[in-house]
Amino acid sequence: MTGFITRRLASAVLLLFATSVVVFGIFEVIPSYNPARAIAGRAATAATVAEISQKFGFDKPVWIQYGNTMKLIFTGQIIDYQDNLNVVSQFVHRFSVTLSLVVPAAIIWMAVAILLGSISALRAGGWLDRGLMVAAITGVSIPVFLLAAALLYLFAFRLPWFPNTGYTPFGTDPAQWAYHLVLPWLSIAVLSIGFYSRVLRSNALDVINQDFVRTARAKGLTERQVFTRHVLRNALMPIVTLFGLDFATLLGGAALVTETVFNLPGIGQYEATAIGQLDVPPIMVGAMFTAFFVVLFSALSDVVYALLDPRIRITG
Amino acid sequence: MSEQLLEIEDLEVSFATEDGVLRAVSGVSFTVSRGETVAIVGESGSGKSVTVMTLMGLTRSPNARFAGTARLNGVDLISASEDKLEAIRGKEIAMIFQDPISALSPVHRVGAQIAEQIRAHEKISKAAALDRAIELMGRVGIPNARARARSYPHEFSGGMRQRVMIAMALSLSPSVLIADEPTTALDVTIQAQILDEIRQLTAESDTGVIFVTHDLGVVADIADRVLVMYAGRLVEQGTVDEIFYDPQHPYTWGLLGSVPRVDLEPPRRLPAIPGAPPSLVRPPEGCPFQPRCPHAFDRCRELPPLAPRLPDAGHLDRCWLTPDDKRVLRETGGRIGLTEGAAS
Repeated sequence: MTGFITRRLASAVLLLFATSVVVFGIFEVIPSYNPARAIAGRAATAATVAEISQKFGFDKPVWIQYGNTMKLIFTGQIIDYQDNLNVVSQFVHRFSVTLSLVVPAAIIWMAVAILLGSISALRAGGWLDRGLMVAAITGVSIPVFLLAAALLYLFAFRLPWFPNTGYTPFGTDPAQWAYHLVLPWLSIAVLSIGFYSRVLRSNALDVINQDFVRTARAKGLTERQVFTRHVLRNALMPIVTLFGLDFATLLGGAALVTETVFNLPGIGQYEATAIGQLDVPPIMVGAMFTAFFVVLFSALSDVVYALLDPRIRITG
Repeated sequence: MSEQLLEIEDLEVSFATEDGVLRAVSGVSFTVSRGETVAIVGESGSGKSVTVMTLMGLTRSPNARFAGTARLNGVDLISASEDKLEAIRGKEIAMIFQDPISALSPVHRVGAQIAEQIRAHEKISKAAALDRAIELMGRVGIPNARARARSYPHEFSGGMRQRVMIAMALSLSPSVLIADEPTTALDVTIQAQILDEIRQLTAESDTGVIFVTHDLGVVADIADRVLVMYAGRLVEQGTVDEIFYDPQHPYTWGLLGSVPRVDLEPPRRLPAIPGAPPSLVRPPEGCPFQPRCPHAFDRCRELPPLAPRLPDAGHLDRCWLTPDDKRVLRETGGRIGLTEGAAS
């Protein structure tokens, strides 16, 4: 087990390093990228631009700039170019918003996906199954920006059931907190429900035809016991891995469209703005932030998988 | 005469497929008595597995159709409701399957799987069920049962896994045990052990056994009575001695003749019945074996009834030939089997 942890930590460090290099490198290649000009603003003179360039070190060689940036990141002093805010502190403050968005959405989508996927598998070939699968494909196919905007329009504007946008912290008013987040949760959940219910259905149908399921029936277990204890147990295992990765990227800010449409001050919104303005520091920190979660959750899902399937053991 | 446990009458099983209606089992009737081991032999596709799985209700599906009855302790297994069947399966009639590694759940411990069988029908605690499971594991010859109950199937050898399956199947002392080719996936030495195990345990509790196999050596070893199936039909039925020493159906002769003999000159080629079993979607008119039978004649266009031809009423066969003709035709060079030149 210690060997496993050591190897994962080592790969985490490597991955973070690689991510930072790649992201940094991308900006060196973008032709229109001129951060000094962007910071200086529209009406800047050439002299101002040059002064800023020198102050931020944009005139230095690439690897020195990279080194400086990384140093600033790890000392928690890096500031973004657009608003002069401390990037790391922004991430810390905004993380709770993203958590509020992502964690309940994940619970909702997994619960519904398991339910719908199970129903589809049990009624495979029937009209209910076909209907659910069409709905699933639709859910997967709808672009998030369209869905979020449509939900907002229909249920906040047309039918004033939900508030327009904005975020209320949990500490201030739990009811309001949830109320503001219902539509955003739905925006994220619909796509994932579509995806996971299809995966579960497919896995369950594979397992249901296996010999040990037949043995379970031969023992006289009820259909429900056969399904939950044997079919579902095995069908959910690959989903654990998929979910780990999905959840990791969402924690890193992948729900940026939803956050932007609903004006939730989370990490995704911050990253989205930064990308739009080619503001390198938040983008770099964001990329590394996501990379960190990806490594963490992929290690966690490996451990969970080994716990669920006794044929797999973590080799130390 | 021993008490009759299971009585199957005119069982028919067919499946609707894209190519038409597949008649897997047609008009099969037999009985199983207390303490008796009945072997069902036949080629792949003869309907032997479908027959026994239907007894357990495992062939029920939207495209399956059934006819006939199978009475076990007064209940007809074919028409019983799903709930009734769930109460009977595992308790009054139990089954062990061919490949124990795939027949056991890979993610549950072995002791827990046996306990699950017990708790499916008896209201006892997990701990009590596990204790009984461990005791059963000991009885089927698994050493160090208490420790090994915590192991997973993949941590056992093939023979041990099959012992686990046997322990599981016999845990509630069923009246009838069905063994569907339980030794096919095991090597010969283990096979002998497993057969001994089954024989010993079922003798202790006077369980009726239905043993499905394609291996005549196994049949000779453990069977009291033998049913020969071909193309979904019973073609011969009798005691093990009758089948081996006085077989009445040309298909049975073919089966016996195709077993390589160590006491005779080795043939240049392994003897086999020429041809292949017929399609069950479009079964031939008349006797199903007719296209491959070296002794077919014009009467064979009509399906022979399964009836006793000899004074011995228990020995039935489905062939129009008279017993005298059969006696002449079945001997080939001093042994029962295929005619010269029938080996291709």
